[in-house]
Amino acid sequence: MTIRSGRAERLSSAAGSLSFDADVLVLGGGPAGTWASVSAAQHGARVVLADKGFCGTSGATAAAGTGVWYVDPDPHQREAAMATREKQGGYLQDRRWMARVLDRTYAQSNQLADWGYPYPTDENGKSQRNSLQGPEYMRLMRKRAKQAGVTILDHSPALELLVDESGAVAGAAGIQRQKKDRWTVRAKAVVIATGGCAFLSKTLGSNVLTGDGYLLAAEVGAELSSMEFSNPYAISPAFGSVTKTLFYGWASFSYQDGSRVPGAASKGGRSAIARALRQGPVYAQLDKADTDVQQSMRASQPNFFLPFDRTGIDPFTERFPVTLRLEGTVRGTGGLRIVDDSCATTVPGLYAAGDAATRELICGGFTGGGSHNAAWAMSSGYWAGQGAADYARQSGRAASRSASGAGTVALRKGSDRPFEPGVLARAVQDEVFPYELNYFREAGRLDQSLRRLNALWTAASRADIAAEQDLLRAREAAAMLATARWMYRSALARQESRGMHRREDFPELDDRFHHYVTAGGLDEVWTSTRPLAAAAYAEAAE
Amino acid sequence: MIEVIDQERCTSCDICVNVCPTNVFDKTEGIPVVARQGDCQTCFLCELYCPEDALFVSPYADSAQRVDVAALKQGPLMGSYRRAVGWTDGSYHLRSADRSYRLFGH
Repeated sequence: MTIRSGRAERLSSAAGSLSFDADVLVLGGGPAGTWASVSAAQHGARVVLADKGFCGTSGATAAAGTGVWYVDPDPHQREAAMATREKQGGYLQDRRWMARVLDRTYAQSNQLADWGYPYPTDENGKSQRNSLQGPEYMRLMRKRAKQAGVTILDHSPALELLVDESGAVAGAAGIQRQKKDRWTVRAKAVVIATGGCAFLSKTLGSNVLTGDGYLLAAEVGAELSSMEFSNPYAISPAFGSVTKTLFYGWASFSYQDGSRVPGAASKGGRSAIARALRQGPVYAQLDKADTDVQQSMRASQPNFFLPFDRTGIDPFTERFPVTLRLEGTVRGTGGLRIVDDSCATTVPGLYAAGDAATRELICGGFTGGGSHNAAWAMSSGYWAGQGAADYARQSGRAASRSASGAGTVALRKGSDRPFEPGVLARAVQDEVFPYELNYFREAGRLDQSLRRLNALWTAASRADIAAEQDLLRAREAAAMLATARWMYRSALARQESRGMHRREDFPELDDRFHHYVTAGGLDEVWTSTRPLAAAAYAEAAE
Repeated sequence: MIEVIDQERCTSCDICVNVCPTNVFDKTEGIPVVARQGDCQTCFLCELYCPEDALFVSPYADSAQRVDVAALKQGPLMGSYRRAVGWTDGSYHLRSADRSYRLFGH
């Protein structure tokens, strides 16, 4: 079914700057972005993919390994796979979406096998496809995108979307940071696949994930959803960056004096670790892993051992200090709201995929990282690429439309006060990193924090245009700030505890909040509620 | 954070400059330089892509460390990640060594 399409056309432009005419522009070159670009090309589109870093190493997947929600198409196995996570997710999942993601993930994973991904074979000779090695997977996806005719722009962050006079998306513009130049891509449709926002916490591979796509999309009127589910923290050695929380399922946690931290566990006891860390250092030791498990760990995740091998620590026999790093919406479930099966947003011509989109439809209010998020990236990437290609085919030639930049903060002339990206990023971190604000939420503290964040937004939006060399950092800091405000506003709106969202003042699940929280707005942040699809259908049937 | 570009092993291929997702390196007339160490996210990917094992990423994510390069080159750590994931000629079989299915099942 592959339709060989042409490549995006390079247009003549001012010396040094790049200009392309394309059908589909994909922003972000992680799993979702590469799948979207391949899918769009397969469906006949001329595609440009622009990545802030390097397509193949950028994003949370490339640096890690990831489980994949790959389940054989046996009705009983599929049913069990959907049922097991419903309670953890707070009953916000949508069965129809779970089923179609399981189908699509199965197909895409098998496609990877056909492309030569080296899946392991078990002792019974069965190919095992529920885990991917990040570097291997993303190296292959870059290759396949190129083979599909996609034009890849590396080190090319987008600064703003372009819109036509009707408000439909018409492309994007950005910088080539290694060439000190600009780029512009006129496109009929744009897929946002820029990942989530981990607030520069150095959780593995995530410092490129600063919520850039949320800001770009919100500036053209897109909405977000489930942004209250944005506060997972991952365990890593206190000195290191390798967050591989699943392996800490074999760990014991202790205080400095060696006594056990009561209730502490990787799964279901991470809040006890957070509380203990507020008092002082916490240590872990993977003392529950037997020899067989130890060997499997080493074979499966070599990077997990780099911090230990390089500091001379044996994590199975020695204690080492741990910390919790905020993963934000990278392993939260909030993101851009999608409105149909093609992963369209509320804005004509704008699509969202991967962690940039909400994962509420298959995860509700909780993900354990990997697994479901990886399945979502493959599936939503495939659908968004197809949807964008179909949309492009139905619209006219991109270059004949008007297109103006929709960017706001840090890009428009303001007062004479300079924009200070580093100061702003640290100020946002001060509001989202502390456990007492984000992990353990409470109305008074959230409200105070939101006031400070709103004041930061007012100041940032009035500051002058950022200096050329600061533009990317300024936009990243602004995106982090906008993300934090949608998070806390949504967290205030959900006056209960559900999924990963915990309110100290409302510790129980409350049926009155069995709905989604939509958020949006930049100068004025707002929230509203939407019923679950099942409830909406029931209402329509009455 | 990235600490070492070994002057002896580096061939100035500039792969690290291209693949670093956070743009830590700069090209020069000769071998690349670590121009923005503070932007390093300690993801180890530059090391993985270096065909000469000329790079070393220290596991300390938040602070620079002094590294004795001569001693390092005597030991097994330089290139250890590349070998472990099967990206060297002698370790190709390790590309499919993933045993996650035994650890986590379905």
